[in-house]
Amino acid sequence: MSSIAVIDYGMGNLHSVAKALEHVQPGVEVRVTADPQQVRDADRVLLPGVGAIRDCMAEIRRLGVDAEVAEAIKSGKPFLGICVGFQALMDFSEENGGVDCLGEFPGRVNFFGDTLLDQDNTPLKVPHMGWNQVTQTIDHPLWQGIDDHSRFYFVHSYYVKLAQAERVAATCEYGVPFDVALAHKNVFAVQFHPEKSQHAGLQLLKNFLNWQGQP
Amino acid sequence: MGLAKRIIPCLDVENGRVVKGVKFLDIRDAGDPVEIARRYEQQGADEITFLDITASHEGRETTVHTVERMASEVFIPLTVGGGIRTCEDIRRMLNAGADKVSINTAAVFNPEFVAEAASRFGSQCIVVAIDAKKVSLPGEEDRWEIFTHGGRKPTGLDAVAWAQNMVNLGAGEILLTSMDQDGMKSGFDLGVTRAISEAVHVPVIASGGVGNLDHLVDGVLIGKADAVLAASIFHFNEYTIPEAKRYMQARGIEMRL
Repeated sequence: MSSIAVIDYGMGNLHSVAKALEHVQPGVEVRVTADPQQVRDADRVLLPGVGAIRDCMAEIRRLGVDAEVAEAIKSGKPFLGICVGFQALMDFSEENGGVDCLGEFPGRVNFFGDTLLDQDNTPLKVPHMGWNQVTQTIDHPLWQGIDDHSRFYFVHSYYVKLAQAERVAATCEYGVPFDVALAHKNVFAVQFHPEKSQHAGLQLLKNFLNWQGQP
Repeated sequence: MGLAKRIIPCLDVENGRVVKGVKFLDIRDAGDPVEIARRYEQQGADEITFLDITASHEGRETTVHTVERMASEVFIPLTVGGGIRTCEDIRRMLNAGADKVSINTAAVFNPEFVAEAASRFGSQCIVVAIDAKKVSLPGEEDRWEIFTHGGRKPTGLDAVAWAQNMVNLGAGEILLTSMDQDGMKSGFDLGVTRAISEAVHVPVIASGGVGNLDHLVDGVLIGKADAVLAASIFHFNEYTIPEAKRYMQARGIEMRL
């Protein structure tokens, strides 16, 4: 039976993601941990995160999670980032007056802004909160069994723009088009919360647990 | 294509049991909140709100366990409200598996609590619940006031200004409970719903007095709500969630079906 390390750097609700993993693969060994050895020993690594990026990055650095993430990505084992765990992989976020992130992938995290409008020119609410449609831009093992344009649950005020278009695995639109999934070698990362996205989300987590890290 | 409007069934829970009654057909235990939440999830509810009306300290322990059980079996967002007064209360609910907490009376008596909670846990999980009632007389300009204690105690606070104040302090969402002057099951007060929704940049959930599916439609189309919360119309099987969603979609509202 495989094991997965859910990296715990003190931000957010890790219970849900751990329970969702156990639900889709009963018997899977889920370790919620920041211990480098436990992360190293796991077959798969998941980087979650909610809250403000400045606080997240401060805890990531304080606990040495930055080195663990870099090592896990380099190791070739399947790696999944969720929400702030996706944003943190970029170079830079404009949240909290500007925060340097892990720089694992070239890209920026931008604010939706106060003047976002839909097609009818009605102001859009920020945070982008609720179920939106996700357009898959590539074939990938993590999209297996998930219909294109399925709805996933989002809650965020900042969005990712990847510098390299070939790494975009899905997009979404909320006043502006933005990138909601990244795929590169053994890394997959998403802006939405699969653990809160019912069937489609649980299918993605199941795909992750069955994935060997090949594109 | 875009963000869907949400339907949120609300469960009133006391000492780990749903009160006010839920009468689904063929449900094993109509009083178990986890069983009911699972049923709503299967029907396509977009979120679940769990309102804890337990008064005793021991009862609160039960609530934490109920939230834990629910979060292990229900994979849509879960909001817990009722009795949230300190950051420690919030931490316990989030650790148990809640995604958001709803702060009500505590915000009225101590607005700084909202700021503290938002900076510590992030605005995305801080919902501020507001009970508003119309206080202007016929012929006067519309004015709504914040009430506490289940809508019994007026506070003198203007509802629209208060909602803006809560958002400035860090609320990520407003849960607005309003009721038309006529009382029960006559729909949302669309005036205050729209006034608050247009005054704040965060999502507004409309709640209170839903008696039929047109009330849900009006809440979104006229009240400009981002989500609608209802209890009894779903609990007593007057309408199912898929029925409500199809009805709303047929009237041009984007829904997750």
